[in-house]
Amino acid sequence: MSAEDADSIAIGEPLMELTDLHRTFMMGDEEVRALRGVNFTITKGEYVCIIGPSGSGKSTMMYVLGCLDTPSQGSYRLAGYEVAELDDPELAALRNRYIGFVFQAFNLIPRTTTVDNVALPLRYAGVGVRERRKRAEEALTRVGLGHRLDHTPDRLSGGERQRVAIARAIVTKPELLLCDEPTGNLDSRVGAEITKLFEDLNSELGVTVVIVTHDPNLAKRAKRNIKLVDGQVVYDGPPQEGR
Amino acid sequence: MFEHILSAFLALKANKIRAALTMLGVVIGVLAVTLLVGVGDGARIYLDEQISGLGTNLMTIVPGRRETRGFGPPAGNTARPLVMEDVEALERQGSLLRGISPMVMGGGAVRYKGRTRDTMVLGVGPAFSDLRNMHVERGSFVRSEDVDSRRRVCVLGRTIVKELFGDENPLGQTVRLADGRFRVVGLMEERGTSLGFDLNDLVFIPVTSAMDLFNQDHLSQVLASARSKEDAPAAAEEIEQILARRRNGEKTFTIQSQDDLLKTFGALTAAMTLMLLAIASISLVVGGIGIMNIMLVSVRERTREIGVRRAVGATKSDILWQFLLESVVISSTGGAVGLGLGASIVLLLKRFAPSVPVALSPWIAAVAFGSSFVVGVFSGVVPARRAAELDPVDALRYE
Ligand SMILES: Nc1ncnc2c1ncn2[C@@H]1O[C@H](COP(=O)(O)OP(=O)(O)O)[C@@H](O)[C@H]1O
Ligand SMILES: [Mg+2]
Repeated sequence: MSAEDADSIAIGEPLMELTDLHRTFMMGDEEVRALRGVNFTITKGEYVCIIGPSGSGKSTMMYVLGCLDTPSQGSYRLAGYEVAELDDPELAALRNRYIGFVFQAFNLIPRTTTVDNVALPLRYAGVGVRERRKRAEEALTRVGLGHRLDHTPDRLSGGERQRVAIARAIVTKPELLLCDEPTGNLDSRVGAEITKLFEDLNSELGVTVVIVTHDPNLAKRAKRNIKLVDGQVVYDGPPQEGR
Repeated sequence: MFEHILSAFLALKANKIRAALTMLGVVIGVLAVTLLVGVGDGARIYLDEQISGLGTNLMTIVPGRRETRGFGPPAGNTARPLVMEDVEALERQGSLLRGISPMVMGGGAVRYKGRTRDTMVLGVGPAFSDLRNMHVERGSFVRSEDVDSRRRVCVLGRTIVKELFGDENPLGQTVRLADGRFRVVGLMEERGTSLGFDLNDLVFIPVTSAMDLFNQDHLSQVLASARSKEDAPAAAEEIEQILARRRNGEKTFTIQSQDDLLKTFGALTAAMTLMLLAIASISLVVGGIGIMNIMLVSVRERTREIGVRRAVGATKSDILWQFLLESVVISSTGGAVGLGLGASIVLLLKRFAPSVPVALSPWIAAVAFGSSFVVGVFSGVVPARRAAELDPVDALRYE
């Protein structure tokens, strides 16, 4: 799997294709069918929110889309790769090259400076130390934290931490930004700033943004909403008012 | 790889106190290895020096056949003693010998003006002095004429002089040895102890006079030395032939070389060093278990971090190496510290307490450091595998 393959995906081309996708967990003897027969396609450059009530399978979906988990049945193709067919190092490379994650709890590595946190994905991409620092500084500047390079996470506010996490997600210039409740731990003002940042990144860098969220303010600003209920897609289209 | 090592150091730096505590076990273990092996090695070197100090290329001929191999009764042991004629034959026919001295050993009381000391009496020939590297300070040693004429003369060791004469000059005085009267003709120079035996507490008399004194016609043993180290095996062979010829080909005597002695003691000290090493290894194992525990805790605490690393592109083996190297770095650093401490203690002892036999040989350093490395690998494997096998989704969800 080489990096060049990725560059061939143009705006509007399919980036993620899900066909009759199932994810079933075994809880003792009991089957928990978290996703049951999901179909959709997300093209490069889209800005999508996945919504739905608690327990509907949103997180499960996010882990499958992020190649951290694999479907039990059906097909998930990311950038042309059939994810179920890849082994651990291939999946790791795929995540590293194509996906940037943003989590609800930020998930920065403690006692590690901002710039080192952001540079982490580049290390697994085999980028040299100097180049890493340079690109990490660029990414931090892009999210408005160029002045917080050598702070450790415990000295940053929640909004700043999430910006660092976003810088870490975009530092590899991924095709896909995959976010799990990115505003869930932030107050509404800071949440709005972060929302704005996603929109800017989407329009300026052309990066595909997929956000799993409860937050109606976040969902209604997306161009497309996919609603899950009981592991199935019940709505797929532009945001609906009052729903 | 270098990357991983670097970040392992950074991880330790991030949590200094824990790293230090984790290291402590290995520090102590390696310190114990260094010190205990240092003592074992010191003992070996001490014994080597002592044995070499007995003289150069020394051989001891004792009566009787000593079987060194196998069991069973000694074959044809007629226990034919060693006698003066044997020594004369060796003196005449031996071409590879530098010196030879008969010896008769016995105990006895030395008396002078009502003072008495029980001591060891050695009947020797004139060559003994050079053979055993023990010389007179004043007067003369036992001479050939003394031996030939069975003269009643003696040479006293330092301790005897001090005990019997105090400040008086013993030369020319007469002492009583058992029921004989002996004139003092020489005083030995100061000698230390050898293998726990006080070399100053001796009286030397001509071997012939000793046979008279102890009323015996055979020798206790015969000392000989080869002309050179290279000649030593051939010299032993020659002695064997000469003596066997005088016994109708029967070997009713045994030749012990200094090499044999060195080998015997060498095996002994090697066993001791190994035992000390085994004891010290136990503390190293304990240190390793400590590292393993802390690493397991660390893996649990850093579960989220592991999830994040996997999410941003780390493979299982990246995680495995990360934790394995962290363990090795902790352990090796602990090893280096322990080695440093141990070496300092050994060097301080050598400097300020030179009588304590300790040594610091390069192989201890290699063993100490190498073992801390191995301990790091072993105690890191289980935690590192656990970390690598974590499911990334579970790791990210971990609270
Ligand atoms: N690892 C798992 N093992 C068993 N059941 C799971 C696991 N992950 C999720 N589930 C179940 O799958 C369903 C969907 O969960 P989830 O994807 O977390 O929903 P959401 O994020 O929308 O709240 C739930 O019933 C949940 O209990
Ligand atoms: Mg959820």
